[in-house]
Amino acid sequence: MSARLSRGGRLIDRRAPVTFRFDGKPMTGFAGDTLAASLLANDQMLVGRSFKYHRPRGIVASGAEEPNALVGLGQGPRFEPNQRVTTTETFEGLTAISQNHWPSLDYDIGAVNGYLSRFLPAGFYYKMFLWPRPFWKHVYEPFIRQSAGLGKVPQEADADRYEQAYAFADLVVAGGGIAGLTAALTAARAGKRVILLEQTAHWGGRAPVDGDEIDGMAADLWVKNAVQALEGMANVTMRLRTMVSGLYDHGYALAYERVADHTPGDGRPRHRLWRIRAGKVIAATGAIERPLSFAGNDIPGVMLAAAVRDFVVNWAVSPGDRSVVVTNNDDAYRTALALADAGLVVAAVIDARPSVTGDLPAQVRARGIRVLEGRGIAKVKGAKRVTGVAICAQQGEGAVLEEIACDVVAMSGGWSPVVHLWSHCGGKLIWDADASMFRPDAARPPTGDAGQPMAATAGAASGALQTAAVLADAHAAAGGEGLAPQATGPAEAPMLPVWIMPQGAGIALKSKMWLDYQNDVKVSDVQLAAREGYESVEHTKRYTTLGMATDQGKLSNINGLAVLSHALHQEIPATGTTTFRPPYTPISLGSIGGEARGEIFQPLRQTPMHDWHSAQGAYWEPVGQWRRPYCYKRSGETAHEAVNREVINTRSNIGLLDASTLGKILVKGADAGRFLDMLYTGVMSTLPVGKCRYGLMCNDNGFLIDDGVVVRMSEDSWLCHTTTGGADRIHAHMEDWLQCEWWDWKVHTANLTEQYAQVAIVGPKARMLLEKLGGMDVSREALPFMTYAEGTLGGFRARVFRISFSGELSYEVAVPASEGLAFWEACVAAGAEFGAMPYGTEALHVLRAEKGFIMIGDETDGTVIPQDLGLGWAISKKKADYLGKRAQERSHMADPNRWKLVGLETLDGSVLPDGALAVAEGVNANGQQRTQGRVTSTYHSPVLKKGIAMGLVLNGPGRMGEVLDFPVDDGKVVQARIVDQVFYDKDGEKQNV
Amino acid sequence: MTRYSVFAVAREALRWHSGWERAWKSPAPKKKYDVVIVGAGGHGLATAYYLGKNHGIRNVAVIEKGWLGGGNTGRNTTIIRSNYLQDPSAAIYEKARSLYENLSQDLNYNVMFSPRGLLMLAQTHHEVRGYRRTVYANNLQGVTTEWIEPAKVKELVPIMNIEGPRYPVLGALYQARGGTARHDAVAWGYARACSAMGMDIIQQCEVTGVRTLNGQVQGIDTTRGAIDCAKLAIVVAGHSSVLAEMSGFRLPIESMALQALVSEPIKPCMDVVVMANTVHGYMSQSDKGEMVIGGGTDGFNNYTQRGSWQHVEETTRALIETFPMLSRLKMLRQWGGIVDMTGDRSPILSKTSVGGIFVNCGWGTGGFKAIPGSGWAMAELVAKGEPGPLAAEFGLDRFKEGRFIDESVAAGVAH
Repeated sequence: MSARLSRGGRLIDRRAPVTFRFDGKPMTGFAGDTLAASLLANDQMLVGRSFKYHRPRGIVASGAEEPNALVGLGQGPRFEPNQRVTTTETFEGLTAISQNHWPSLDYDIGAVNGYLSRFLPAGFYYKMFLWPRPFWKHVYEPFIRQSAGLGKVPQEADADRYEQAYAFADLVVAGGGIAGLTAALTAARAGKRVILLEQTAHWGGRAPVDGDEIDGMAADLWVKNAVQALEGMANVTMRLRTMVSGLYDHGYALAYERVADHTPGDGRPRHRLWRIRAGKVIAATGAIERPLSFAGNDIPGVMLAAAVRDFVVNWAVSPGDRSVVVTNNDDAYRTALALADAGLVVAAVIDARPSVTGDLPAQVRARGIRVLEGRGIAKVKGAKRVTGVAICAQQGEGAVLEEIACDVVAMSGGWSPVVHLWSHCGGKLIWDADASMFRPDAARPPTGDAGQPMAATAGAASGALQTAAVLADAHAAAGGEGLAPQATGPAEAPMLPVWIMPQGAGIALKSKMWLDYQNDVKVSDVQLAAREGYESVEHTKRYTTLGMATDQGKLSNINGLAVLSHALHQEIPATGTTTFRPPYTPISLGSIGGEARGEIFQPLRQTPMHDWHSAQGAYWEPVGQWRRPYCYKRSGETAHEAVNREVINTRSNIGLLDASTLGKILVKGADAGRFLDMLYTGVMSTLPVGKCRYGLMCNDNGFLIDDGVVVRMSEDSWLCHTTTGGADRIHAHMEDWLQCEWWDWKVHTANLTEQYAQVAIVGPKARMLLEKLGGMDVSREALPFMTYAEGTLGGFRARVFRISFSGELSYEVAVPASEGLAFWEACVAAGAEFGAMPYGTEALHVLRAEKGFIMIGDETDGTVIPQDLGLGWAISKKKADYLGKRAQERSHMADPNRWKLVGLETLDGSVLPDGALAVAEGVNANGQQRTQGRVTSTYHSPVLKKGIAMGLVLNGPGRMGEVLDFPVDDGKVVQARIVDQVFYDKDGEKQNV
Repeated sequence: MTRYSVFAVAREALRWHSGWERAWKSPAPKKKYDVVIVGAGGHGLATAYYLGKNHGIRNVAVIEKGWLGGGNTGRNTTIIRSNYLQDPSAAIYEKARSLYENLSQDLNYNVMFSPRGLLMLAQTHHEVRGYRRTVYANNLQGVTTEWIEPAKVKELVPIMNIEGPRYPVLGALYQARGGTARHDAVAWGYARACSAMGMDIIQQCEVTGVRTLNGQVQGIDTTRGAIDCAKLAIVVAGHSSVLAEMSGFRLPIESMALQALVSEPIKPCMDVVVMANTVHGYMSQSDKGEMVIGGGTDGFNNYTQRGSWQHVEETTRALIETFPMLSRLKMLRQWGGIVDMTGDRSPILSKTSVGGIFVNCGWGTGGFKAIPGSGWAMAELVAKGEPGPLAAEFGLDRFKEGRFIDESVAAGVAH
């Protein structure tokens, strides 16, 4: 059994016990524990079930590389699935549940998959479930989905908040072990601005556990001194619990700070995502120990050797009573020593190397521990817990020489540098045959904007495994001069690459050798993939799912590569690695989203009159990021009734429209006229000062993208009105052309949309309202249709435009945004005696449709040119060029047989459904029903008391009076007649009064 | 070719799966082929498959620079739908979707086509109108879609927050037979079937030049030697312009990075595919349990299979807004692919100015869903030298004539 030792534990505080629950069972641990340490201290080795076979799974590792021990953490709105117990700090009141089993962790029905494993090899699902065809969707897939998955689904909206922050540094050091501390100290002493980040809650990494001395002192003390020194430097920022999750182009590093994972609900953000622009990044990210592939290496109790000594030294937890160490290198002997130091029994060290000499094995032998040379494990015994190992010759086929009882197997297959950050942005690797590892190739680093190296590695991440070499490498990586910190420790003999154990194992053993614990990928699966031609490492990964689990293959990838290479009879470097992708370990989606949730997910743009509209019962419509009143509902009214009232009132009295959202772009400069002549299809340069002109804008493909009234404000400045949705887009469009194509033209643009509030005063009595406000001559003579004047209106500084989008007498008045609400209220008050009422966007639509005016986004959809809409009059025939001109001359665009704008009137007076298509005879070559037109705008006209619509119809203007069939819902057909699209006041008399 | 079945798996289990043959052979290139297809992604392999199956042309090589299916076929978010607005698009995507229905049985390889249903959310009045229009169009095109109200959306996707606050869900365009498939399996299944027909799939073989004589293709030069061919089909997505330049013509294609990401796996919680264009993101749940998420393309051209982090953030925000529980899941992996974008966001299946050279490209952000239809139409084009009805509207001439097939109105979001 596993248990807490009575002494030791460098990271725990025995005076601070904490209580927590695992699967409902109360347990206790100490402050400083990881949840893994706490669980082992409570003899809870079994923590979950694997993905495919639902095999029992125990704790294997002690850090971010843990593949097995994932739990559901927290409750209700703070529940999170798939949390690693090895990177979770134990806190008072923590609740955790085990995953992927039914009905319980101990007795899981899904474990039947394990007994069937021979029938479920890699890729079995590609070969099965083919018949009967509907069964995939209705039977097989639901079963597979239910059996797969891992953690439970969070059910409630998140109670936590997340935050993002920016930082800038000359150097970011990822990893606070002795390599990271050395690199940070070296760079900081040279005056660099340094950010040092460590993913765990402690500085120092592995060195204090391993026991070497640095600069003549214990590693623990050296670390403490180094941290103190760094803390005293103003140019150094240090953060614990912060993992550099990814390195992106141009020195952009993301760091994931787990601010309050260990203090949930304390009011702080749970996670903080740092977005750091770094001159350089040093990855001092250490190395990860490799498992060995022997039969039964997935049974709970089989652990990484370094993890076993971490649990003993850091947290005073013994993973078992009687351990066997199995290794191909000297480092694992440190585990035997640590266990012996803690008074625990080490039954044997099984070393695959034929002959074992060296300092560390000598120390182990001196303690009286058996060292078996040239031996391997034929098979681990046990089911939910190791009970013993069968020993064989490593060179043989697995004939059992003896059995040793034990409840822990501490394995070490050597070490793999953590090269993720180096590789994220293109750093290349080389194969180091001596240490059997891929390590960064310093000659091919990821490069920055000027081709300079953007990242380096330090210490074990570079492949330096001995303490002295780690310090020297880190010192050099940070550009250090002079002497690096010195270390003394035992010399280590070379390791021997061992990819399967024993070397000649047959298929029965290989199908029990796990490579990927979480996804249940075995040696036999990789060999099957190779046999079937999935030879590329990417094919093997995808076919077997090797390395695709939540641990991202940290333990399995190199072993899998080696097995694949062997199966393909090629060297490991010829096989290559899969691509390393961010993040290094999974980061919360909450942190990626940051603060931008709920109300502030996107900015909500409001006009100065917003609150007034709200108070008057505005029914809101989102228009881009704006909210505009769709209509103002009075008590007892439906939206439809409100719209009708607003339309009728505007046509007979006065309507007030908040037009503030319309785009207002000022274009100014010596070349402004020339620029606008290129931008619009019409001529704007000749517009006299004080006059307005309707303009159309096309893109370079000829399609109509925006329209609006252009006003000549002064000799060198024009005000361009755009649609609400177009304001930002059109401003960007202008700048695109100015910056990329006509960069030498003297033109400036400014988006004034939010600087002005704009009110449209519309209706036959509009002039009376303005005259009542007083201050400007707004008579027909002084301010005729399509002119502009500036002055003071009712005491407000006002720009008055006599333009109309309704066919009525209409003034649009712009005032400074800060005065918008006051002006609006003044208009409402002044208009009361004339029956003025506000109207919303829907009435605006009906009014313009009655007049046959087009609306961008209704009559246009990115495929329509002005000529289709009968707007040829707004296109200059004289100009040499404008954006879209050449495009509109292409044969299909110039084809007279196009869908063109007409009015549509249903025979029965009903409202045509929006978007309905008019059918033509027969089907096309692909068997699709032919069509000859479609509805683009359709409304009930309260003035005409019938449905009116506009549409694009093949040769429409030449077919007045023809009746078209529009199939609508439920097989019905609505018939509509082609008519002129101007339904109201055809001669335009009302707007000219 | 040994047929796959539950009985074959059982038989092999008894001998520890030692008897499985290669899914596809790995031959050395021959001196000459009737047709050489460059690009062993889904589109290239499907082209080869239907050349053999529909047109009896089997002296075919498929040349691949890297590993088959390693480009966008293996990088997309596996969505299959055909609810397009324009007639030519609806025709080819619906052809593809209907071929997907039987693809597992046709190829004898389970591509896990899962017609689980697909929703495109309407979150503005403008989108409501757009999708209603699409439903009318689809019904006339023979594509089954319907407009559904918010209550039905909630019923189909209980984890969705349909009430905003920023953009309440106003309804959705629903294609009940849209869904997903296993992307790698599509490439592998076609490759296996092509190999079984005697076609050569040649991986790790990069094209270094295209040989022409008097405006007619003669063959290609590769890192594994010269190969002659009567016809050459270029089906290489993001690198189409590179091959076109070797052939002596230009393509109206821009190449940009498009990104995707997955969460850690969880138990089943969403049975349909959801696309949300206003907030800009889309999501489905893989059979493994990962939430598969995609968003927008970068605004600049490049060939690195990475992308700007900003898009990952924006997409994640959009989806947390739509599915609030997501913020408690973790991102497992993010990656990018290079998409080949045309001016009208529709593909190119076309003859070229060089005799015997045909291009299939420009699928942009929507290529995976089109694979069987694209291969079907491309095979017809290559075999007959002229496009059939499915490809007819997708020729290169349309840019010269201004005859765009613009889907931007219906699909403001990458997909």
